Amino acid sequence: MAEIPSILPATPEIFLACSALALLLLGVFKGDCATRLVSHLAAAALLVAAILVLSHSGARVFAFNGMFVVDGFGVFMKTLVLIGAAAVVMVGQGYAAQQRMNRFELPVLIVLSTVGMMMMISANDLMALYMGLETQSLALYVLAAFRRDTQTSTEAGLKYFVLGALSSGLLLFGASLIYGFTGTTNFDRIVAVLASAPKAEIGIVVGMVFMIAGLAFKVAAVPFHMWAPDVYEGSPTPVTAFFAAAPKVAAVALLLRVLIDPFGGLTDQWRQIITFMAVVSMVLGAVGAIQQTNIKRLLAYGSIGHVGYIFLGLAAGSEQGVRGILIYLAVYLVMTVGTFAVVLSMRHQGRPVENIAHFAGLSRTHPMMALVMALFMFSMAGIPPLAGFFGKFYVFLAAIEGHLYGLAVIGVLTSVIAAFYYLRIVKLMYFDETPVESIDQQNDGAVTVVLVGCGVFTALFFFFPVPIMSGAASAAASLFAG
Amino acid sequence: MELAAVFPPLLGSIIAGFFGRWIGVRGAQIISCAGVVSAALTSAWLFNDVALQGHARTVEVFTWIKSGSFVAPWALRFDTLTVVMLIVVTFVSSCVHIYSIGYMEKDPHRPRFQSYLSLFTFAMLMLVTSDNFIQLFFGWEGVGLMSYLLINFWYHKASANDAAIKAFIQNRVGDLGFALGIFVVFYLFHAVDFGTVFAAVPGVAVQQIHFLGFEVNGLTLACLLLFMGAVAKSAQVGLHSWLIDAMEGPTPVSALIHAATMVTAGVFMVARLSPMFEFSPTASAVVTVFGATTAFVAATIGMTQFDIKRIIAYSTMSQLGYMMFACGVSAYNAAIFHLMTHGFFKALLFLSAGSVIHAMSDEQDIRKMGGLWKLIPVTYVALWIGSLALAGIPLFAGYFSKDMVLEAAYAAGTPVGTYAYWLGIITAGLTAFYSWRLLLLTFHGKPRADHHVMDHVHESPAVMLLPISFLAAGAVCVGFLAYSWFVGGDRVGFWHDAVLILPGHDSVAAVQHGAVPAWAENLPTMVALAGIVSAYLCYMVWTGLPGFFCRTFKPIHHFLYNHWYYDILVDRFIVEPSLALARGVWKLGNGTTLDGLGPRTLVAATQYVGQRAVRLQSGYVFHYAFAMVIGLVVLVSWFYVNG
Repeated sequence: MAEIPSILPATPEIFLACSALALLLLGVFKGDCATRLVSHLAAAALLVAAILVLSHSGARVFAFNGMFVVDGFGVFMKTLVLIGAAAVVMVGQGYAAQQRMNRFELPVLIVLSTVGMMMMISANDLMALYMGLETQSLALYVLAAFRRDTQTSTEAGLKYFVLGALSSGLLLFGASLIYGFTGTTNFDRIVAVLASAPKAEIGIVVGMVFMIAGLAFKVAAVPFHMWAPDVYEGSPTPVTAFFAAAPKVAAVALLLRVLIDPFGGLTDQWRQIITFMAVVSMVLGAVGAIQQTNIKRLLAYGSIGHVGYIFLGLAAGSEQGVRGILIYLAVYLVMTVGTFAVVLSMRHQGRPVENIAHFAGLSRTHPMMALVMALFMFSMAGIPPLAGFFGKFYVFLAAIEGHLYGLAVIGVLTSVIAAFYYLRIVKLMYFDETPVESIDQQNDGAVTVVLVGCGVFTALFFFFPVPIMSGAASAAASLFAG
Repeated sequence: MELAAVFPPLLGSIIAGFFGRWIGVRGAQIISCAGVVSAALTSAWLFNDVALQGHARTVEVFTWIKSGSFVAPWALRFDTLTVVMLIVVTFVSSCVHIYSIGYMEKDPHRPRFQSYLSLFTFAMLMLVTSDNFIQLFFGWEGVGLMSYLLINFWYHKASANDAAIKAFIQNRVGDLGFALGIFVVFYLFHAVDFGTVFAAVPGVAVQQIHFLGFEVNGLTLACLLLFMGAVAKSAQVGLHSWLIDAMEGPTPVSALIHAATMVTAGVFMVARLSPMFEFSPTASAVVTVFGATTAFVAATIGMTQFDIKRIIAYSTMSQLGYMMFACGVSAYNAAIFHLMTHGFFKALLFLSAGSVIHAMSDEQDIRKMGGLWKLIPVTYVALWIGSLALAGIPLFAGYFSKDMVLEAAYAAGTPVGTYAYWLGIITAGLTAFYSWRLLLLTFHGKPRADHHVMDHVHESPAVMLLPISFLAAGAVCVGFLAYSWFVGGDRVGFWHDAVLILPGHDSVAAVQHGAVPAWAENLPTMVALAGIVSAYLCYMVWTGLPGFFCRTFKPIHHFLYNHWYYDILVDRFIVEPSLALARGVWKLGNGTTLDGLGPRTLVAATQYVGQRAVRLQSGYVFHYAFAMVIGLVVLVSWFYVNG
């Protein structure tokens, strides 16, 4: 008798997909005047999905013939992604309304893309992996080109699409090599095949390298990063915020799952790649941002640097390293959303401004906004006792305990360089004269809520680190158990 | 209850310091005074309970440091030595607090001042109640810090800045020794609490350790290093000049530093560590020589000074020398006795001097005073009482303690004891001389100030005279009231085992058993009277005499007047070379080497790399795709090559 396939573990994904379709219908019938409503409902759907995700027991459960897995790691990552997406939908709405890009498709696309991310995080099969990745990416290509009436946005969308297609090709080619050499696409069976062979065949290693290249593109690790500054700068700011927050987390999650789970036996091989990419990402993220004057471009380089630190923890290849990465991601997500909430508020007479010179004198015109921005910048630079310090601290700790001393030293040195451009913004806000074109935006309620929330998290993480720390610890443990 | 003797000043300090703006100047003054006075009352109760009833105890507050096998609890030790110090500190400090209300009347920063005074007191209380070396060090450093802040209270004065820095740095030199001493103690005993260490002293008394390439006795080394801290803190010769410059602070601060909260710390520490010093005759001998020399040097300089506060400051230094050599000849009880009587009469002298300065519109030079006695009679009487006590005239407090110190030195019978006795005798004469020189020049003769100042001379307000009167009563009575407890027949029941004196070393007992001949017993008083008479002759009868001596013995006078050239020599041989070295390190080491390499070269390099890295970002999709493919090719080839 055929077993009835269990789809219960995928409840959040199914709920979110149905919500996206319902919101799409709502938008179609009501037109663009319903954008505000659709945005709010989208944020609500994302949060409900987060609750559904969290209601999972944390035990390792399979669905769809073992192609889909839910475990503690997945729960942690999906929660981060959903919260990040919801926050971006909330802060982006006001900006979109003011900039005449007030289309209901924006929140719907974000939700659809989030569905893809959740599938990526839960993938337990190369096919499922690719399905999730493409679901996510297709929505992202459209989002990048969302302002199709401006040159920069269409350019960003096109660049991202072309390079994304290339990376997908690399990924697929890698997957096909893996399948060819192991005879299976299921992660658990790949583990078994790798464990049975005394030495990994070169074909598998090359396949893995291709797959890593494809995934490194998604997280924007050097040398697969070059799209990031252009796309960050060209996309509409709410989309950039989304790019920096949710897809980054999801892609790192996927990378972690692939490297730890099916390719856990090839740690010595992939550690060489990850170490290399960590070093060049940290260095390029640090030095590349120094020359930037556009805040979004600057943050793009900053995020490349952050990926470098995440890879630093990954290079350790230990459970502790993964725990450090998860803490780092949680902190990174909050800081990024908060920073972009500030960037979204940077407007002069209704027109968005993106030059960092516009931060000058912000402490006098918008003292509270300047204060939270300063908090985020200090935190990004890794100044204790803010949240960002702990993120860095745990990945460095893992690297040192993995005897990767050289890597840790490079990490610390690049942090010093990175501190320069983060602190420069603080200096601009607090010590420089207010320019003629000063920021004169009054924040709407949602932005204020997100700003306060992120600011409080960043400042007080030091006092209440336990939920994140223990969550990260159990999530890391579940990844290694699988 | 015990905590109430220590913590109210801290509380008062916090409230006055942080909330002075809300509770107002008067509120800050009342709060800080209330804190210290309540501590004083509790101390009195504790004195009765601990010293007289014999209930010595240790109160553990909390565990402070716990690291592996090393445990340092925060505990308050109350034995006779501690409660005597508590009495001195809290009573003198109370007087100073109340006096400050009047003295600082015109200062805009009174809440801060009161807060500092209270915190200073608290630090000293922590020091005297400490139960281990770490806590002792905490109090020690706290006192050092607060003295810096208070000497520098008028921070807009350059001279006050210099004096404060000098005090801090000279104390740091001592602190270095003190900290090293603690390390040696820990090395020898593997413990830092007094109980464990003292119990283990006889066992390690002969242990040798390596120090700077020498094989030395561990205990002696520890004692000498710890004593180095006392040299700085108690202004013994060598690290003494900060005490004189500390006169730059407000007069109440001088009173506090000299009588209660700072300079006595060194003497206290030596007495507290008597179980260690008793087993190291070498260290005790060093202490004796230092003390006696200090007493003599300070007195000779004091004879030639004209600043009313500086003269008293030198007298403090001189009296500290007495206390120190008393410790050196194992007369710890006599040393603490002198510390207590000195606390009262020295606070009295300073507060009276402050009253004079207050009356003279901030004039401190005694050459510009004179003829004041009718105008400020209460202050005049107070200064007389203080001087009589200082000179050791019978029935006044100083007589009992100072004579006992000198007799103990004589009775010790050692060469260093004899050295101390004779220098002490000479010092006693000099002390009486300069005290009366001060009195006569200040109060008698014709007024030498201009009429503007003289017209404004007025007696101080009651809030200043009240503490003065209290201290005057103390300076008269405390000697004969406490004689029997401290060094007389009741001393064994009074001290219990708060200080350890080995049977063969007990010089006070020798004095009590008549080891000192009558001439040696009476000599101090005779010499003091002679000093007074000669001062009278010099400054009242033959007023040309001092000038004649100065001219005749010009080199000697110059030598003494310039503080034995101490500051000049230190400047020449220590300060200037240090500055030159520091400047070299700064300009060459930091400026040229580090700045040149770091901020200049590295920054330029980073910026250059940054520019190049950004230039890679051409904006062309095919460039980007090319970078990806190249990256991939490199990675794949890597694995092909490395297998």
